[in-house]
Amino acid sequence: MINALGQPQTVLLLGGTSDIAQAIVAAWAETCRPHVVLAARPGPRRDEAAALVSALGLPVEVVDFDAERTDEHPGLIDALAAERDIDVAVVAFGLLGDEEQAWQDHEAAVALARVNYVGAVSVGVCLAEVMRRQGHGVVVALSSVAGERVRRSNFVYGSTKAGMDGFYLGLGEALRGSGASVLVVRPGFVRTKMTQGRSPAPLSVTAEQVADAVVKGVARRDDLVWVPTALRGVMSGLRHVPRPLFRRLPL
Amino acid sequence: MSESRELTGWGRTAPTVATTVRSDADGVPELVRRAGPRGLVARGLGRSYGDPAQNAGGSVLLPVPGPVEVDAAAGVVRAAAGTSLHELMVELLPRGLFLPVTPGTRYVSVGGAIACDVHGKSHHVAGSFGQHVVSLELVTADGATHTIGPDREPELFWATVGGMGLTGVITSAVLRTIPVETSSMSVTTTRLPDLDAAMAAMRSTDAGFTYSVAWIDTLARGRSLGRSVLSQGEHATRDELAGRAGRHPLLPPGSPRLAAPPHLPGGLVRRATVRAFNEAWFRKAPRHRSGEIQSVSSFFHPLDGVAAWNRLYGPRGFVQYQCVVPDDAEETMSRIVERISGQGHASFLSVLKRFGSGNPGPLSFPMAGWTLALDLPAHPDLATLLEELDELVVAVGGRVYLAKDARLGAARLREMYPRLDDFLDVRRRVDPARVFQSDLSRRLEL
Repeated sequence: MINALGQPQTVLLLGGTSDIAQAIVAAWAETCRPHVVLAARPGPRRDEAAALVSALGLPVEVVDFDAERTDEHPGLIDALAAERDIDVAVVAFGLLGDEEQAWQDHEAAVALARVNYVGAVSVGVCLAEVMRRQGHGVVVALSSVAGERVRRSNFVYGSTKAGMDGFYLGLGEALRGSGASVLVVRPGFVRTKMTQGRSPAPLSVTAEQVADAVVKGVARRDDLVWVPTALRGVMSGLRHVPRPLFRRLPL
Repeated sequence: MSESRELTGWGRTAPTVATTVRSDADGVPELVRRAGPRGLVARGLGRSYGDPAQNAGGSVLLPVPGPVEVDAAAGVVRAAAGTSLHELMVELLPRGLFLPVTPGTRYVSVGGAIACDVHGKSHHVAGSFGQHVVSLELVTADGATHTIGPDREPELFWATVGGMGLTGVITSAVLRTIPVETSSMSVTTTRLPDLDAAMAAMRSTDAGFTYSVAWIDTLARGRSLGRSVLSQGEHATRDELAGRAGRHPLLPPGSPRLAAPPHLPGGLVRRATVRAFNEAWFRKAPRHRSGEIQSVSSFFHPLDGVAAWNRLYGPRGFVQYQCVVPDDAEETMSRIVERISGQGHASFLSVLKRFGSGNPGPLSFPMAGWTLALDLPAHPDLATLLEELDELVVAVGGRVYLAKDARLGAARLREMYPRLDDFLDVRRRVDPARVFQSDLSRRLEL
């Protein structure tokens, strides 16, 4: 259960090796001691991530999960929910890819779409099903401002995030009254291993700042948070910039 | 008749959705037998602050008021579990009878009062609610109805008293009453400049009163730390009532005249407003006054005058922290008050009371010592403060009250309730398949 102060007992990390997912459990480790289910592809990155969670003093359980193998998702999530309630599920997996390659290389483009959009929709439907049955639970969907107004420089990634963002906002509406809810998180540029080597955009944030926003958002039962919050204003301005001008902005 | 509903406790935090069902006592066994994998829990009037009467994804049995049968000669009353204490008092007071234990609100059900083993201002004399139950009917997980009491299946009875609804569904109870000459109270009020004075006054004068509680200003600091207004009373005799009141000495309690409007914004209860309120409340109290005549409602249930006052805390709701520490842990109590005033978390109408001894209920809250109750606006940052308070409380063998709690974890519960295993043994015996479940039982692994 999530208690009155927004502290969960169980957190499922889908894409548990992501820096943001790690930062989220680290933030909760300071105030409550949730049981962590770390779902990711087997390998040294997962082992390392599990070791980090253990080092926080949290009980951790590791399960095999591949965002692209959508046919396995219903069985996996059902089995996890049968064992214990899923209080919070973080949809943290995603590919960034090389943008210029992504729109010209068929395989790379399809992989991005399959992981970031199809995979996200797949787990979203499964999570909604078990959380409706539970009568409670929060799906935290890590979206991105890149999906708010898709821009030339990373439109393949941006379009997948636009899709998943729209899906999860809609899912949140559909789940109203069921006890389950969705928190869509729209960070700006996050300095993590996924973005390593790229020059940070203005208003860039750390994984810890995103984690902090998630922890607060869950406690407040929010359905949408921007990190940093100033991005909301910036993006609502950018959304209305005419295309010929938008094209020339250094974004 | 069932309906999917979002439910919270009185604190309006942590909403979850359950299937609500209504039934009188005859239909309960069938509902219990038909409960799904996420089980069932009985709900009273939703006055527990946290989650004991919620059952996410399962069933919640709503209260149905039933007949109230008063046996004035024997001084007992039989009531359906869904009856509120208000309804009970409406029947009892005109007959010159009263309940020996009444909590801070009349709007709790008989079943809920037993399942939470509620207490009131009379605890130091009368103990808690469960100690005045002659017998009760309990529908257990197998659908069987047991009539239990302190002398019939005492183990199951005492696990049910304070058992948060997890041993079964209470459908009715026979309660002891006390005779009263009037429906008024004769009240002594004393203003005390700090916590030490308040505790000393309760130690030395409580024995002379059936009812006693102190309102404490948890925002005052320094020399005024823990300044209090002590309110003590007795049922007024006919002789004490003058004039008109004397001609109608036994009146039933009234219904609320005011209601907090829905959809109030958050932030009304904050440091500045609470400080102003506390200051006014303290100053308006007389230094010392005795023999003041008050109604039962204004003495026992001042907040019942405003319906849905919990809305004042806005959409995020609030939590109540109520702890008890042993009699000799006065030092800890002052450290707790110091921590709270130091943090400046706004709690208005905090109350301090000296308890008498506890009872055999393994999950019953009261124990001989000092209890403090605080209402605090829910905020994620509150977690740290409350954990620090838990730490102080546990260190001296104290505990928090499950009827108020909405945030404790299973490990802490075990430290606070040394007889937890006695409770769990009974629960495993009478409900091996865990038919009775609630959000609280999942949170605390009960």
